[in-house]
Amino acid sequence: MSSRDAILAAIRSHLPKGERPLPAVPTFEDHSPADLIEAFGRALKRMGGRMLQPDPGGDGTAPVNALLADSLLVCSATPEIAGEFDLNDVVDPRSLADVDHAVVRASCGVAETGSVLLTDGDLKVNALAYLAQHLVVLLDPADIVVNLHAAYGRPEFRERAYAVFHSGPSATADIEGVLILGAQGVRSLSVWLVPRKSGQPD
Amino acid sequence: MSERPPEDVPEGIEAQPRGARQRGSKPIDQAEAAKRFLAAPRHQQQHDARLWTLRQRRDEQMWAMPEWEELRQLASDIKEHTLSRLDHYLEMFEAKAKANGVVVHWARDAAEHNKIVQQLLEQHGARTLIKSKSMLTEECGLRADLAKAGIDVVETDLGERIQQLDDEDPSHVVVPAVHKLRTDVAKVFAATIGSDPDNDDPPYLAEAQRNAARPVILSAGAGMTGANFLVAETGAVVVCTNEGNADLCANIPALHIVSAGIEKIIPRMGDLAVFVRMLSRSALGSPITQYTSHFRGPRPGAEMHVVLVDNGRSERLGMAEFWTSLKCIRCGACMNTCPVYRRSGGLSYGATYSGPIGLIIDPTFNARKYSNLPYSSTLNGSCSNVCPVKINIHEQIYAWRKVLVREHETPFVKRAAMRAAGAVLARPTVYRAAIEKTNDALTSLPRFVIYNGMNEWGKGREMPRPPAETFHQWFIRTRGDKP
Repeated sequence: MSSRDAILAAIRSHLPKGERPLPAVPTFEDHSPADLIEAFGRALKRMGGRMLQPDPGGDGTAPVNALLADSLLVCSATPEIAGEFDLNDVVDPRSLADVDHAVVRASCGVAETGSVLLTDGDLKVNALAYLAQHLVVLLDPADIVVNLHAAYGRPEFRERAYAVFHSGPSATADIEGVLILGAQGVRSLSVWLVPRKSGQPD
Repeated sequence: MSERPPEDVPEGIEAQPRGARQRGSKPIDQAEAAKRFLAAPRHQQQHDARLWTLRQRRDEQMWAMPEWEELRQLASDIKEHTLSRLDHYLEMFEAKAKANGVVVHWARDAAEHNKIVQQLLEQHGARTLIKSKSMLTEECGLRADLAKAGIDVVETDLGERIQQLDDEDPSHVVVPAVHKLRTDVAKVFAATIGSDPDNDDPPYLAEAQRNAARPVILSAGAGMTGANFLVAETGAVVVCTNEGNADLCANIPALHIVSAGIEKIIPRMGDLAVFVRMLSRSALGSPITQYTSHFRGPRPGAEMHVVLVDNGRSERLGMAEFWTSLKCIRCGACMNTCPVYRRSGGLSYGATYSGPIGLIIDPTFNARKYSNLPYSSTLNGSCSNVCPVKINIHEQIYAWRKVLVREHETPFVKRAAMRAAGAVLARPTVYRAAIEKTNDALTSLPRFVIYNGMNEWGKGREMPRPPAETFHQWFIRTRGDKP
């Protein structure tokens, strides 16, 4: 008998008795915050991320341009920000090892946890979001959902090979509980609220 | 975890207490190892305070969520439903994963799991495997087996790497090096990755490990992750981490191997929200881990393999009193809240799984070796109260004591004492006489007589102060005239 069949047979002979129905999971939206953007920003900060503040009167790109001004190498997966590194030419993810700032657009945000959802489509090369030293995420305020229940209803989880919630930058507290931002992945995560240009895909 | 010779300890710095002594299949003496941990006050106090902080942060998150108890019930119901139809959901997951381009393997035990992994690595010519944290691979002893095959396994989680470099098992399922002080880490890193031995600043130490890990991550032939959840409906493998190392391991080498226990399965994406909302809140008191990654298929030009591991789980499923321990999502909340665990350290349990959940899982792997563990509990029930999937942990600890007594896996002194107690408790007049004598004895006898080697209870505990009169004496005195 194959191991597969042996394991399944052992399970079948040991299944717990009795009916145990699968419950319906509510959406838990009764406790939703009134202002999703404000709640998202608060949760993002709690996770060690930061929101880029818009500059009134400018063309809107000033805060992100200021952030990238001193960057050693920018790699952008978005049309809004020009990078010095073309992701379409990347065959081996290792070639992204020296990227300083990566710029990507999130599929959605989650107000409950301050998370942004990034897919293989958003990232073009998955490793970009981890090899870069810093991550800048563009997020359309209209794409913020209230909680994880709503987020898991999104089509990305059925369509994409890779989808990941980033909730702040990489972090560790493995030595005496001292919080350190920038463990193995990005050292900072900044979110820039900016609507998608019309005609841009979700 | 072999016993080490005493180390040279500079004045004022205490050595890190090592874990339980391993003597083959002979019972682990948790109390002995705990005693050595208690004798290292700086380690013991840091450990206790750190884990209690995690417990308090968990409470803050719980109070901030009106639906917390509803979520716990949902999580428990979803897990029990899934386990009652585990064959069905595993087949569903397998079919979906295959359709997504994932290769699914099945391993009956640890040896088969390690062999499958070794063969995959050899087929791909991978000499170095970068890994994120997985308790299952600890359970399977993967690193030791691969080392024999000449494959270098590098842990990339900071805590897990500290433990690997110190040749020690993880002491906690979520924070593997929580029992170590920064001075211990500085010493390990100075000896292994060449950091400054005089610098024990945690950010410096973390940066040293990041810089040491990066080149290995960029050159490794294969990457491995565990799995927090497997979703049957979509074939997704879900991994929850904080450091970003799991996503590096999975997204850079051309081979991604997932090691997953068969009990990790849940039916629907919608169910995932229930568990993800509670996992990190229960574990660390943060609303979510920094990364919650969903792998459904290989990247272009890469391969993704999932190894589904039984290793005793299907048998545990048939244990009427203990099968619900398979609901566990490895958050560690029961460990953080446990007064015994906080004061004795995870390594004192001498097993892959320590703390309250370990007490009820470990005996299923080896009833003799772990026969003493169910006694390392006060049965206060706090573990059950904080469990996000509502496992009745303390009741199972008690049930294990009964099973182990029935199967003669309890030490002679405890057995003899219980037999004597049974004889006394069965006869009211003998019991009353014994209580009166015991109270007199506790008041008048010298300490060395009371705390002798036969008094198991008195080891590490003070005997209660006896009352001036027994309940029976009081009743006769105050109500003796009434019918």
